[in-house]
Amino acid sequence: MTRSARTRLMTLSLYAVFLALVVIFVLLANWEAIKDNFFLTEGFTGNWQDMVFTGAKNTILYTIISFIGGFVLAVILVLMKLAPIAPFRWLATAYIELFRGLPALVVILFMGFGVPIAFGWRPPGGTVGAGLVALMLVAGAYMAETLRAGIEAVPKGQTEAARSLGMNAPWTMASIVMPQALRIVIPPLTNELVILLKDTSLLFVIGLAASQKELTTLARDFMSSGPSAGTATSLTFAALLYLAITLPLTRLVAWMESKQKRSR
Amino acid sequence: MSEMHPSLDLDESAPAIQVRDLHKSYGDNEVLTGIDFHVDKGQVVCVIGPSGSGKSTLLRCVNRLEEPTSGQILVEGIDITDPDTELDQVRTRIGMVFQQFNLFPHMTVLRNLTIAQQRAKGRGRKEAEQIARENLLKVGLADKEAAYPAHLSGGQQQRVAIARALSMNPDMMLFDEPTSALDPELVGDVLDVMKKLAHEGMTMMVVTHEMGFAREVGDKLVFMDGGVIVEEGDPVEVLTNPQHKRTQTFLSKVL
Repeated sequence: MTRSARTRLMTLSLYAVFLALVVIFVLLANWEAIKDNFFLTEGFTGNWQDMVFTGAKNTILYTIISFIGGFVLAVILVLMKLAPIAPFRWLATAYIELFRGLPALVVILFMGFGVPIAFGWRPPGGTVGAGLVALMLVAGAYMAETLRAGIEAVPKGQTEAARSLGMNAPWTMASIVMPQALRIVIPPLTNELVILLKDTSLLFVIGLAASQKELTTLARDFMSSGPSAGTATSLTFAALLYLAITLPLTRLVAWMESKQKRSR
Repeated sequence: MSEMHPSLDLDESAPAIQVRDLHKSYGDNEVLTGIDFHVDKGQVVCVIGPSGSGKSTLLRCVNRLEEPTSGQILVEGIDITDPDTELDQVRTRIGMVFQQFNLFPHMTVLRNLTIAQQRAKGRGRKEAEQIARENLLKVGLADKEAAYPAHLSGGQQQRVAIARALSMNPDMMLFDEPTSALDPELVGDVLDVMKKLAHEGMTMMVVTHEMGFAREVGDKLVFMDGGVIVEEGDPVEVLTNPQHKRTQTFLSKVL
């Protein structure tokens, strides 16, 4: 057998294996059970208003709030990290290492239960507020590292040109370095946004009031109440809604990255 | 003691640039080992030498983009190595042109020329734009004010960079190998602009490999090697009749 004939036979047999696996799955799968447990029609028709106008709305709202808060925190952290005063740098580094090293869930539990018990301090917005502060604290640490990488990616010649024209360090940072760094970090920051969106599901653990429930908490409720109670249909619903938001975002990131690559 | 150096207290008789016993090292690596050197007002001084000779470092010390290890640098009589000197103010009077142009890619050509006028000189937008347009005209790029740097050729970018430096109305210009990153056919336009500046009486310190430029418009040629000034003098004299062995070897390779 020639070399090319061998290659063709190999490719063909791999297709055959794949086809066989699909056929086996289709024949063995219990389609009735799958439909009743994950795709119960009443679960979609009966719950969609709550799922979209409470669950998805709150998920998006919490994502935006914690993203903005985290971004402001990240800018402060990165400026501290670049500061000429060493203790500022140490503090920022310690903060970033601490919050990148902890699971977000642990931070949420600390803010939701630990801090109120220990200090009697309740964050604004009650339980949700505590959870959002926790998400900001974590997101800020990650975004600070992203921002720092972006600032370091701006060529040194940019700073030198600005300083040689007599612009002082703060103006150079604000009007020359930062705008270019932000452009560089838009794709990775959008990734942070997607991660943050998924992390809002962790707020499930601190117990949210009815109008504050986000997608995951609401879906968990509808597993034991409403038209699809006793099935996992509401989870499927939540999953589809998450994907409806995250997939366009990740596609957007891929598009921006390829555009950046081309313009280089 | 910054009140000892108010911004306009210029010593009219002082040379534009005076360097005294300048040393610069990176760790154990000594790049400049005792440079004494001056540029008079209105003079065009060209600095040549093999790569690694310290010529760019010397130039970058003059506006303190590099921190001298020891020694003194006076710009129009003001000691810029003195920590009390208002460095940003002095820098507005020293134009600098880089090998890699270093235009701001996120700004239009016009904005490139106005941003520092507004931020560092406190000029209003109207005044800054007027001065910017005059300088774009001077470098032959009046029609490019709305373009972004990425859409210009290397030669055009470098001319914009020169116009950007000129828009600060500097008393002197530093050029750090301004044509080394350019395609050969684009070098001429940039050199023409520099010649025009020289004829207008601009004080210039030019690190370059363009011997023709040095010969034609230079008032003084400085040859550096190994962190010291080996030889300096009239450009034609140095180029045709070098006195030192190292100068002879270098020139025989590049001419």
